[in-house]
Amino acid sequence: MPHLKTEEMIMNMGPQHPSTHGVLRLELVTDGEVVKSITPHIGYLHRCFEKHGEELTYPMIIPFTDRLDYLASMNNNHAFNLAVEKLLNLEVPRKVEFIRVIVAELQRIASHLVAIGTFGADIGAVTPFLWTFRDREVILNLFENLTGARMLYNYMWPGGVARDFPKGFREEIGAFITYFRPKIRDLNNLLTGNHIFISRTAHVGVLPADVAVNYNCTGPVLRGSGVKWDLRKNDPYSIYPEFEFDIPVGQGTMGTLGDTWDRYYIRCQEMEQSLNIIEQALAKFPVEDATDVQAAVPRRIKPPAGEVYARAENPRGELGFYIISDGGTKPFRVRAKSPCFVNLAVLPALGKGIMVSDIVAILGSIDIVLGEVDR
Amino acid sequence: MKPSEIVDLLKQQEFGDKILSFEENTFQPGIQINPLWIEDIFYFLRDDDRLAFDSLSCLSGVDYGAGKELGVVYHLFSMKHNHWLVVKVKLDRESPHVPTVEHIYKAANWHERETFDMYGIVFDFHPDLRKILLPDDWEGYPLRKDYQVQELYHGIKVPF
Amino acid sequence: MHDLVLKTLGIGDLLAWLGVPDGSLVYPVVASVFPLVFLIIFALLAVYAERKVSALIQNRLGPMETGPWGLFQTTADILKLIQKEDITPKAADKILFFVAPVLVFTGTYASLAAFPWSSGFVGADLNVGIFYLLAISSLVVAGLLMAGWGSNNKWSLYGAVRSTAQIVSYEIPAGLAVLTAIVTTGTLSMNGIIRHQEGMWFGLLFQSPFLFVAFIIYLIASLAEVNRTPFDLPEAESELVGGYHTEYSGMKFAMFFLAEYGNMFIVSGIAVAVFMGGWLTPWGTEPSVLMGVVWMILKSLFFVFFQMWLRWTLPRFRVDQLMYLCWKVLIPIAFACLIGQAAVEVYL
Repeated sequence: MPHLKTEEMIMNMGPQHPSTHGVLRLELVTDGEVVKSITPHIGYLHRCFEKHGEELTYPMIIPFTDRLDYLASMNNNHAFNLAVEKLLNLEVPRKVEFIRVIVAELQRIASHLVAIGTFGADIGAVTPFLWTFRDREVILNLFENLTGARMLYNYMWPGGVARDFPKGFREEIGAFITYFRPKIRDLNNLLTGNHIFISRTAHVGVLPADVAVNYNCTGPVLRGSGVKWDLRKNDPYSIYPEFEFDIPVGQGTMGTLGDTWDRYYIRCQEMEQSLNIIEQALAKFPVEDATDVQAAVPRRIKPPAGEVYARAENPRGELGFYIISDGGTKPFRVRAKSPCFVNLAVLPALGKGIMVSDIVAILGSIDIVLGEVDR
Repeated sequence: MKPSEIVDLLKQQEFGDKILSFEENTFQPGIQINPLWIEDIFYFLRDDDRLAFDSLSCLSGVDYGAGKELGVVYHLFSMKHNHWLVVKVKLDRESPHVPTVEHIYKAANWHERETFDMYGIVFDFHPDLRKILLPDDWEGYPLRKDYQVQELYHGIKVPF
Repeated sequence: MHDLVLKTLGIGDLLAWLGVPDGSLVYPVVASVFPLVFLIIFALLAVYAERKVSALIQNRLGPMETGPWGLFQTTADILKLIQKEDITPKAADKILFFVAPVLVFTGTYASLAAFPWSSGFVGADLNVGIFYLLAISSLVVAGLLMAGWGSNNKWSLYGAVRSTAQIVSYEIPAGLAVLTAIVTTGTLSMNGIIRHQEGMWFGLLFQSPFLFVAFIIYLIASLAEVNRTPFDLPEAESELVGGYHTEYSGMKFAMFFLAEYGNMFIVSGIAVAVFMGGWLTPWGTEPSVLMGVVWMILKSLFFVFFQMWLRWTLPRFRVDQLMYLCWKVLIPIAFACLIGQAAVEVYL
């Protein structure tokens, strides 16, 4: 029937869609089930973080950083404080560093749990989602005990943290580690090795290493492409050099190097590495140290004029803060370089000639948080 | 490689007169360059094996104050050699134009769109220079220091 | 069907006693209401069971608040659905949009007419019973396609096209698998097939390896026919929002829901009747009429549970993988089983 013409269909995936992980709109040009091109439209959650930053003092910006990547608030706090402390040339007490590393790694596990769970749900397996949320709940309860908040903590301050560990808190974290290790095994049994899961994710959305670097992808997306790059090791900050841990990289175990399965599995392995770091940190924790965790926090934060770019390894990649100070109590310019924003930019490059179902898999494996994409 | 060595290398490549200034005593030493030559310099920075700046870590627009010029700050990082270079360009406030580096670093694509959105800096030859975070019909460039928020947006009062 | 229903349940006597004259329309009306009531009650309980099974698998409690152990949760949900506004999108094709859920439900409802509840209790023991069941349950496809097209929504269209391709494709391995059993029984009548299995432990299932494989194929294909995980692509929430029922709400949505759970029961019932001895006891004797109903429902419920179990364990296939599995794996194996079983029948 040569007289019958077919034409491409333009679809709007989002802003309300179950697997865009927030208010993201993807404009798809499809030919049946095959996607010809993807155009992401973002900005639905834009809240002018950078403009706010210019109007607020440094301590007042910290709660705003919580709300960037709201699944990894601790890590956001950490990155911002690194920048401010560098600007102030501030020495952080050793005990505070330990506390920061422990909570940051716990937060990384919590964040990866969400990533893994939602990824499973995107592929169609709902049970892993509830399992991971059950385990994340334990971490959130720990944080609630520590900070009083479940998601947005405002916990780390320049030079210190808001509160010391409560009594028995380290034992609770230890109990969590013993509880959680077998759960990772369960998760791998249920999802990682599942034949359907592998057939859905292997060879899908292959991101070659050079493309990943050129797009400046970071975090699990970059490591999934086989680049051994982790700021905790390669550009160390805080007291990470004191701990022994591996950087898991993608190996193309189930398919091609840099496919969605690799990116997914990186997160599973990173959770174990984070547990290792927490274990070591608990073992080395300066128990006798009675330093007040707020002792080094300056009464008035007024950095000298200058500029600094500091970055930290967030669960989703490299979160950078570029701060220009004019010598006042408010920054002249705060720029948040968000890993999700950068990682999402690679989606159009991956989304050619794939199927509609693959978009969901790729997007889930990139693991974006729209709060950070739109800032 | 130290920043001063990087600058020396650039000067050897006859980029000397394109480098307008060099700030050494900051956290991340940076150079200010002539915006017209940004592509040539970036190609050299990326492709030369001694420098190998393979990633554009951050691209930020800056407004140096009402009445002063606008700027774009490129944080270049080399994963191979683990060194930094901050490249700055300063642009005329009335017609800020700078050539795009999108074809050199794909990461610049969305960053440049954002900078265009927030500062109105036009990245010449960018393949897809549209607003990214703000609505398409938003007026003004919010991160400029002299930004005045519009009164009404589609009949909705904006300042609250 | 109505004669049998009325006889079995004694409703006929009741109606006669109430003074309803012979040959009155009341008899067939009452008789046809029975499967409807069964379907609704089954769907209510199945949704509750689905929630509890998923809760069991996911380390939760499931509904606990409404009634004891949350037993009335589904009832409350149905009440809520009835009260909801019946929205028809402006751009929808009004007629198709309205007819689709009715048609889908009709397919489910009509298949109960030939459903072998028990020895003396089958609506219409047609001599082409199994053929009728397979045919009438495919009516769903037309309904889904209408729903997808009539909604005038791109996601619905995707869901409808997917489901049509899927159900039409998987009819073939399912049909071939059933045919393998029919080669042995030599009849298409539901009760005839079941009676053939008398004296066999678990019916035809363990009678020959070909039948066993055919049973597995039927099980897989039946999952696809009722759009259950891992073949729930037509309504894949994470991809197509809601698939063909994206635009549906209120009672129309409830009808899709009812049909889905009804279909789960019917495909399980067919599997049980053809391969597992239907209403016979597992050891192959003929029970009383009432016990036959119990055995039939128990066996079917086991497979309903199996479907739920799979749903909460497995991820979802992709469209091309779904088609690959059907055309390149299941159909060749099903053909081999059919030929093998035919050879067994002819030469042994």
